Amino acid sequence: MKRTGAQIVWECLVKEGVQVVFGYPGGANLPIYDAMRAYPGIHHVLPRHEQGGAHMADGYARVSGKVGVAMGTSGPGATNLVTGIATAQMDSIPMVFITGQVSSKLIGYDAFQETDVTGITLPITKHNYLVTDVNDIMPALREAFYVARSGRPGPVLVDITKDAQQAVVENWQYDASPIRLKGYRPDLRPASASLQKAIELINSASRPLILAGHGVLMSNAMQELRGFAEKANAPVAVTLLGIGALPASHPLNLGMMGMHGETWVNHAVQEADLLLAFGMRFDDRVTGNLKTYAPNAKKIHIEIDPSEINKNVKVDVSLVGDLKDILRQVNPLVKPGERAEWLNHIADMKGDSAVRDIQNLPDNGHLYAAHVINDLWRFTGRDTVITTDVGQHQMWAAQYFRMDKPHRWVTSGGLGTMGFGLPAAIGAKFASPQSEVWTVVGDGGFQMTMPELCTAAQEGIKVNVAIINNGFLGMVRQWQEFFYDKNYESTPMKSPDFVKIAEANGLKGIRVTERSQVEAAIREAQAADGTVVIDFRVEQEDSVYPMVPAGADLHAMIQRPSALVETPQDV
Amino acid sequence: MLHTLVILVEDKPGVLNRVASLFRRRAFNIESLTVGHTHTEGLSRMTVTVEGDEHHIERLTSYLYKLVNVIQIEDLTGKQMVTRDLALIKVNTASEKRSEIFQMVEVFRARIVDVTSHSVIVEITGDGEKIDGFVDVLRPLGIVEMVRTGAIAMERGSDSLINTSELLFDSAAVA
Ligand SMILES: Cc1ncc(C[n+]2csc(CCOP(=O)(O)OP(=O)(O)O)c2C)c(N)n1
Repeated sequence: MKRTGAQIVWECLVKEGVQVVFGYPGGANLPIYDAMRAYPGIHHVLPRHEQGGAHMADGYARVSGKVGVAMGTSGPGATNLVTGIATAQMDSIPMVFITGQVSSKLIGYDAFQETDVTGITLPITKHNYLVTDVNDIMPALREAFYVARSGRPGPVLVDITKDAQQAVVENWQYDASPIRLKGYRPDLRPASASLQKAIELINSASRPLILAGHGVLMSNAMQELRGFAEKANAPVAVTLLGIGALPASHPLNLGMMGMHGETWVNHAVQEADLLLAFGMRFDDRVTGNLKTYAPNAKKIHIEIDPSEINKNVKVDVSLVGDLKDILRQVNPLVKPGERAEWLNHIADMKGDSAVRDIQNLPDNGHLYAAHVINDLWRFTGRDTVITTDVGQHQMWAAQYFRMDKPHRWVTSGGLGTMGFGLPAAIGAKFASPQSEVWTVVGDGGFQMTMPELCTAAQEGIKVNVAIINNGFLGMVRQWQEFFYDKNYESTPMKSPDFVKIAEANGLKGIRVTERSQVEAAIREAQAADGTVVIDFRVEQEDSVYPMVPAGADLHAMIQRPSALVETPQDV
Repeated sequence: MLHTLVILVEDKPGVLNRVASLFRRRAFNIESLTVGHTHTEGLSRMTVTVEGDEHHIERLTSYLYKLVNVIQIEDLTGKQMVTRDLALIKVNTASEKRSEIFQMVEVFRARIVDVTSHSVIVEITGDGEKIDGFVDVLRPLGIVEMVRTGAIAMERGSDSLINTSELLFDSAAVA
């Protein structure tokens, strides 16, 4: 069949099963837009900024498990995508970005809206392509999808010149043959000797601890993780992106580790005699000071990316490959264990959970973010998707929203991108329309991508926005309080009237200033037809505890000083 | 210590940039880098010399493997190998040291490839040390200009890097 390059782009997206594309038009990708109407099976969403479009596709990918697709024009369209690309790269999200480029004969001449996009995105993509010939469009897109979703997933960018989009192929046919790239082997397998050694370490450990990361979710190894943990009676600590790998309500799930992990979790890491790192990368936010990290533990690392092995923490055994496959081999060889002493010890560190239940704290007239999140958890269903922005509210959401389901927790971990929350929620809603979707954002980060409210309004979709409004760039204020003598430089922030902002977008807005109003506001938002924005006016100078200062020993945490207790020692 | 890595890459536009950019981004210092064709169409071969301990080189290798266009990497350090560097050196011959220069060219088995009334261009191939030595003795005699290719390297013996390529994808080799 006769096809233009632009049509080939859409044909390929159809073949890849793409259902929704988040994109923004401009001069260099107009041919692609011109060809779009003939492909009604793909829904196109127009964000208000390309960064928003990128985060939407990212949220879509995280919830659906499919490849997210975002598009932009050349020059500023492409540079606006950059933050979204870097966010996806750091969190290993399978995405394909398609950008228009000036015509091939203009490349290198500083043409209008020419930017070296493959150059700019080289270090923040898994791979990228500059396509100048119409015949290369299909191979590049097929490879892009394949590379994006295989091995350790990541974003791939395809930059297509305008003349390639316009050129015609007379006898075009889709090539459905399997892809094989010379230098790309995503299907690594562990050596059997290493497997053997791992099993020995596992079966002889008395204080094992599983560190469950994003890899568990990426590999869909939730069942296998659970099987392993229950058989070995090994407790599980999760990373920020590992939330949902094991239900929060599972008795072996200790909660989040790291900088804002609970005290007993970090102490368990430090006291363990065996760490089982499943699909995580020993990020500095998780380890604290490497010199004093888990000093007594042997370490087994199961990880799909060989470059993560021994990168931050030297391990005793590494099993490189797909986590699900590997656990399927390992689990039958794991000896059932009691490990009562170890589990009791951790339970002692944890103390009486009734004391820690913040619900039991009397209402003292203040509205704390923790209460807002806790109520959000109480009054929403198990299938609820939570996306967050970046800052204090993100950590409180991680601590107090007890996520039981996988792929329902969406947050920017590696890059920590403010402005991620709202657009990610919009993308998540497209991935799971039947789910209730909430985004928990700070007053600062929300304002970075706030115009996407109108995208939600235009699309007629419902995502609810919980603004944890403390009048500060809260997380930075907290660091200034702890480490810079309370020098609150450039962190107090004035905000517009968020209720009116909602209304200006044709949406409902609610303001909450007291704890007693929280439930009613959540219920009202749930009952409304469209997107609702709730402005929670919380305590202004509340801090996230516990906290391991950057670079400090993992066990050297700053404890909760306030009445908002979490550990028995604090009472 | 100085490591000599051979990197087989796909012969495509931008691949050199990808490799060089990776060294920069991950903060590795390239001592020298050469790139050229192989006897197999579509395959280029780089020889990179880079400073670092075992752990550094392991990390570097695993990062390089993440580049989709990188096919194979071999660390020849400590192996039986042939390394060659080529230099062209333009030397001033106007002085009374002229005969001394010609003598040194003899001793080092270099070649004179261009002659004018007051200068010569000398070509020398060999491993890096030999060329360093040659440059040292020429320097006081008046070097006008010099260019070096950087090292290329090949393992001795009958095995070929490319024949063994499949083996390397066992992760045991990496882990
Ligand atoms: C794009 C971007 N710029 C700056 C930062 C640094 N930063 C991290 S948290 C934070 C404060 C966020 O404030 P807010 O959105 O109000 O959330 P809060 O911490 O108050 O919950 C800042 C500025 C960042 N993570 N991302």
